[in-house]
Amino acid sequence: MAQPGQDAKFFQRGKLEELRAELQAAETKDKKYVKRKTALKKIVANITMGNDMSPLFTDVVQCLGTPLLEIKKMVYLFLVSYGRSKPDQIHLVIPNFLQDCNDRNPLIRALAIRTMSYIPIPVVTDALTEPLRHCLKDRDPYVRKTAAICVVKLYTADPRRAEKGGFVEMLRDLMLDSNATVVANAVAALSEIGDRHDGVIFRLNLATANKLLTALGESSEWGQIYILDSLLRYVPERHADAELMAERIVVQLQHANSAVVLTTIKALLYLMNYMENRKLIEYCCKKMGPPLVTLLSSGPEVQYVALRNILLIIQRRPAVLKNDVKVFFCKYNDPIYVKLAKLEIMYRLARAENAKEVLAELQEYASEVDVDFVRKAVRSIGRLAIKVEEAADNCIQALLGLVEAKVSYVVQEAIIVIKDIFRRYPGKYEGIIPKLCGNLDLLDEPESKAAMVWIIGQFSDRIDNADELLDDLLYTFLEESVEVQLALLTAAVKLFIYKSKSDKTKEIVHKVLKWTTEEIDNPDLRDRGFMYWRLLAVNPAVAGEIVLAEKPAITTDSDRMDRGALDQLLLHTGTLGSIYHKNPETFIRNAAAKALVDSPALNPHSRAAIIPLPRPQLPPTTITVPGPGPVEPQLPESHNASNPPDVTPAAKPAPPPPASASIDGDAALSDHDDEDDGPPAAADPYSNLDSAFGNYLQDEPRPMAAGGQSANRHGDLDDLLF
Amino acid sequence: MISAFFIFNQKGEVLISRLYRTDFKRSIADVFRIQVVSNSDVRSPIITLGSTSFFHVRINNLYVVAVTKNNANAALVFEFCYRFINIAKSYFGKIDEESVKNNFVLIYELIDEISDFGYPQNSEIDTLKSYITTESVVSSAIAAEESSKITTQATGATSWRRGDVKYKKNEAFVDVVETVNLSMSAKGTVLRADVDGHIQMRAYLSGTPECKFGLNDKLVIDKGDRGISDAVELDDCRFHQCVRLHDFDATRTISFIPPDGEFELMRYRSTSNVKLPLRIIPSVTEIGTSQVAYTVTVKANFNNKLSATNVVLRIPTPLNTTTVECKVATGKAKYVPAENVIVWKIPRIQGGSECTFTGTASLTITTTRQVWARPPIDVDFQVLMFTASGLIVRFLKVFEKSNYQSVKWVRYLTKASGTYQIRF
Repeated sequence: MAQPGQDAKFFQRGKLEELRAELQAAETKDKKYVKRKTALKKIVANITMGNDMSPLFTDVVQCLGTPLLEIKKMVYLFLVSYGRSKPDQIHLVIPNFLQDCNDRNPLIRALAIRTMSYIPIPVVTDALTEPLRHCLKDRDPYVRKTAAICVVKLYTADPRRAEKGGFVEMLRDLMLDSNATVVANAVAALSEIGDRHDGVIFRLNLATANKLLTALGESSEWGQIYILDSLLRYVPERHADAELMAERIVVQLQHANSAVVLTTIKALLYLMNYMENRKLIEYCCKKMGPPLVTLLSSGPEVQYVALRNILLIIQRRPAVLKNDVKVFFCKYNDPIYVKLAKLEIMYRLARAENAKEVLAELQEYASEVDVDFVRKAVRSIGRLAIKVEEAADNCIQALLGLVEAKVSYVVQEAIIVIKDIFRRYPGKYEGIIPKLCGNLDLLDEPESKAAMVWIIGQFSDRIDNADELLDDLLYTFLEESVEVQLALLTAAVKLFIYKSKSDKTKEIVHKVLKWTTEEIDNPDLRDRGFMYWRLLAVNPAVAGEIVLAEKPAITTDSDRMDRGALDQLLLHTGTLGSIYHKNPETFIRNAAAKALVDSPALNPHSRAAIIPLPRPQLPPTTITVPGPGPVEPQLPESHNASNPPDVTPAAKPAPPPPASASIDGDAALSDHDDEDDGPPAAADPYSNLDSAFGNYLQDEPRPMAAGGQSANRHGDLDDLLF
Repeated sequence: MISAFFIFNQKGEVLISRLYRTDFKRSIADVFRIQVVSNSDVRSPIITLGSTSFFHVRINNLYVVAVTKNNANAALVFEFCYRFINIAKSYFGKIDEESVKNNFVLIYELIDEISDFGYPQNSEIDTLKSYITTESVVSSAIAAEESSKITTQATGATSWRRGDVKYKKNEAFVDVVETVNLSMSAKGTVLRADVDGHIQMRAYLSGTPECKFGLNDKLVIDKGDRGISDAVELDDCRFHQCVRLHDFDATRTISFIPPDGEFELMRYRSTSNVKLPLRIIPSVTEIGTSQVAYTVTVKANFNNKLSATNVVLRIPTPLNTTTVECKVATGKAKYVPAENVIVWKIPRIQGGSECTFTGTASLTITTTRQVWARPPIDVDFQVLMFTASGLIVRFLKVFEKSNYQSVKWVRYLTKASGTYQIRF
């Protein structure tokens, strides 16, 4: 092993003039190039610190003459940082690049094209085209795998040039390379190109998919991820194809790299939509559970990714982890994000059989320090009561215990959920109301206040001093938030209907109605006030029937995403979308949307739930550009090994854009689209959730609002930042 | 994929900044500084602002940060950060601000090699060390042939091993290390007890050795029908890249060509029949509002030939504790006011023996009487030559075409650090 470096001394701000002088001094006498090395290290340090070193361009470039690899790499790093801003000077280095592209040493050849492709300006791209073409066919696999990634860099810089140059076809050919690393990088590059809005379509047929699977075993862990990920571009036509593929990749669940495991799970979940063999599906589910649990012994960051994904997976495939609630119990020293994610999973996995253990844990958490965590724990106790009837008694006892502790935020959370419990089990727990009423002065948040007011109004027939309580709460009526005002209004009306004989209640309802109709600006509140007033004036009996009508029961059935949304989200397993439980196209600009694609093998339930992608706006005509190899075969024998070379991924370059090239809808989709043009996918998969749990989801992880507080032109922070 | 990679120190200064893509300016680093480094309440390792996401991992006094602008594979990004940390540790012996600053040029070389355009590439330490070094290399001097060897290895099917390894004495060391996770309720029932194990191997073997590794895995032993009852049930196994997963799936044999030197061969998890090496019996009573009385007993539940070492109990005290009177016959106990715990250190406990701590915490009188949350007692320890799961290595066979003899060593260690928690 090499000596540990001693470079810290170079890590300080330097003046341009001094650095330039140092470099120039090195030109005359520089034994073993030490001076140059030192100067360059200082420059690299200054680039890191954010000092603009670009004025040194010509001086730094001079160093390329030195035969030291270390110096060459530093100069290249300099060029990667500033090359783009020097289009008029970059030609100085092109000869050096080209010379390196033809070096005998494969590492140097690769380094040259890698560096060139990092400088996306026309002068360099022009010079790169020829060498890149050679490097894609280089005899050394290291050069080829580097070249594959260069193609996507080139494509990013100038899509049309890359297409015209035939590079996409060359990439496609690399998928058949004999070296697994090259194959994997080609797949990664094609996938990125395929995900672009202006990119080519990248789909796999059975033969190619199988070919990629052969490379899987010899790929590096990262390569395995690229390949497994690409399997979602293959649409099985027959159950057997999907099943065979699932069997082949299931062993990857044993891999040490968590990303390999999660990507394998993504592929399996996807393939299951096309499988028929119930046993095999069950087997896959069974196989997925233990590796998911094992991810919880990785670093906290990976744990977090795993937990957020588990939450999705168990909603769609409950069989995966149904007996494992204990492993999700929080450790005292887990980071808060891990704890919050575990809590949600504990709730999902709770059933009558394990409710007691889960409740005991939740009670434990309710006495911890982190306010958010405690609140969520308390609320989970209430949700548990609603979900598991057998546990309701114990949950109520637990909640009452917490209320007695008189910690403001705990009491407030408890009251919010108790309100729901009253609705879930009418006539069962109202006896505890007096205990709740003793805590009115602890309530200082709208949600809990509104919940308490609802309880008082709803059960004012059983609360002797309901009128007094309500009257107390009404002192601050005009300062309350709308949520509380609405609750107070309705409660006052209910109280009046229950106890219409009492003068006090008459006075209260009159006071509230007068406020809402005369002093409040909020139209909702005002209209509701008018409505109640008329109702009561016209026929109090009918008003009673309406206001106190039986309420639909609260259930937890709606507390789950619908299947179509889940199927769609699971196509993003392991990615950011799966962390936020949002389809990426809803929060990431230019992110590719995904949807299950129909095929004869797709199981009918999945088909019924498909959320089709909104049809992209494309020119009406379809254009096919023939590449080498036949059109993608749809015949059943396509999986036959006897026709190896006809692997044709549907990579079809788009035609050159119209001269104006202003719209980016000019990609050619040479493919059919889904026939039925359904409504676009709901942007928020939770949008179908019943409001029964109020803002329970408020503390879900989510991307930060793009708008921010400062006024911002396009409502997108990116524009503000960069 | 990853658009940019940064390393920040604790103050938020940039130590390494590599923009793989042009969708950012380097000023993106300022955003991270504001959102994470100077934010005292960071509640997620991922922060997404608009389309930009910051992934960070904290290590010692550093933030290792990857920035993406697409729907990145989050697991891949974190694994990449972890891998970088491991590579840095292997190259520099440690990773902290000093070592990063001392090697920043080399780090740039490394991150350019292990990630191309944000796509992680070969990151096997052994291979990297063969061509990314701190020594000055004259570019023309590296023979093209030598480089071809490197490139073949870096892209090959056994990218983790060089072919030309030679040792005078062929040795392999196997360390089975188990971490016990325990969560025990105040009533003394086990809420959760499981084992995270990993098998660390140091292979100093010549040539291209083919290894076969055997455990007392229940699935294997039962198949052999030898009726051995001490087999362990493994809930799950995860293997190093080098292990042939198909072989394991078909026959549960662990066969591989190991990397040269140290690596983690496998990880496993076991939840059945976990043997808890230390039994803790706490009795904590609050006497009125001014005192808390403690009696905590530790029993060593294993063979008396073995012993637990570096045992540290952290016993929580209420926040308004002023002093604690500690009495112990074994080890040392003292109250650490900054952390609100009594730390009781016992250098060694012989198997089968027990020791007890008694103490009284005096509390100040507070006006706001808040219930004491009673965080769990945390126990750290190590027990050599003991596995909580009962796992043993049955064999390690090495085959190499030159047919040399090799010596193998196996050690077992069971430990807990921050994972062994007893409520009271």
